[in-house]
Amino acid sequence: MIEAGIFYLFATVLVGAAVGVISSRNPVHAALFLVLAFVTSAVLWILLEAEFLGIVLVLVYVGAVMVLFLFVVMMLNVNIEKMRVGFTRYAPLGIIVALAVAAEIGYVIWTRRGQLPEKQPLPADNYSNTEALGAVLYTDYVYAFELAAIILLVAIVAAIALTMRQRAGVKAQDISAQVATRRQDRVRLVSMDSEPRQ
Amino acid sequence: MIGLEHYLVLAAILFSLAVAGIFLNRKNVIVLLMCIELMLLAVNFNFVAFSRFLGNLDGQVFVFFILTVAAAEAAIGLAILVVLFRNRRSIDVDELDVLKG
Repeated sequence: MIEAGIFYLFATVLVGAAVGVISSRNPVHAALFLVLAFVTSAVLWILLEAEFLGIVLVLVYVGAVMVLFLFVVMMLNVNIEKMRVGFTRYAPLGIIVALAVAAEIGYVIWTRRGQLPEKQPLPADNYSNTEALGAVLYTDYVYAFELAAIILLVAIVAAIALTMRQRAGVKAQDISAQVATRRQDRVRLVSMDSEPRQ
Repeated sequence: MIGLEHYLVLAAILFSLAVAGIFLNRKNVIVLLMCIELMLLAVNFNFVAFSRFLGNLDGQVFVFFILTVAAAEAAIGLAILVVLFRNRRSIDVDELDVLKG
């Protein structure tokens, strides 16, 4: 009974946050609603006994990805009012398509409602989700795990390469050029006749 | 009693809201990226729910990799957005027609 109460409470908050994401006027508010959606999803995943993924969702998404989103939203000075042009014009089409998608998925769930699996009991009393996940992640899925590491590395390189720029005319010291300079670059020895005393 | 169908219906509602968001905010690239994140969250919901109800951890491993790829996608997408804004002073989708010829 408590489980049902928690589920319905957080499911309502989650749907409300999703509505806030798609309908808020200010992109900062949309990003904050998305943070709320991720946090409530983490609660529901923990309710599903996927504790590790719930914590990862909070740490990675709320802690890193959404902070990056907020940072970019605040860095770009976007004209909000201009962005809202056409919001109401395409609203009926969007609602029709969303209802069609929801109806299709709902129809599939409705026709299979008697065949869905029941909840499996957990294997042991001292069962640890993190331990079980690690046991398959580093054995059966070790190549996929290393591939994920390479994807993250490529993402780091790509993000830095895209956003790095060198400004011309900046009077900053180039320490390595200063240290690497040689005597013959700077000093010129000139031989000349001595000049008579005045 | 909360069954699998409750979680599936919740994920379906979340996914269709994200689809509606893509139609509503079709000018603002940042909100479009947020709607894509919302879609990925709905899909991850299905994976976690099926993983729990089938007693099989493979679904949660899949969610782990989706989270990794989504984080990389968000980082590169936002980097492209910053470069775009630096060059065009706008992130309006309608103005991105340089390749039209």
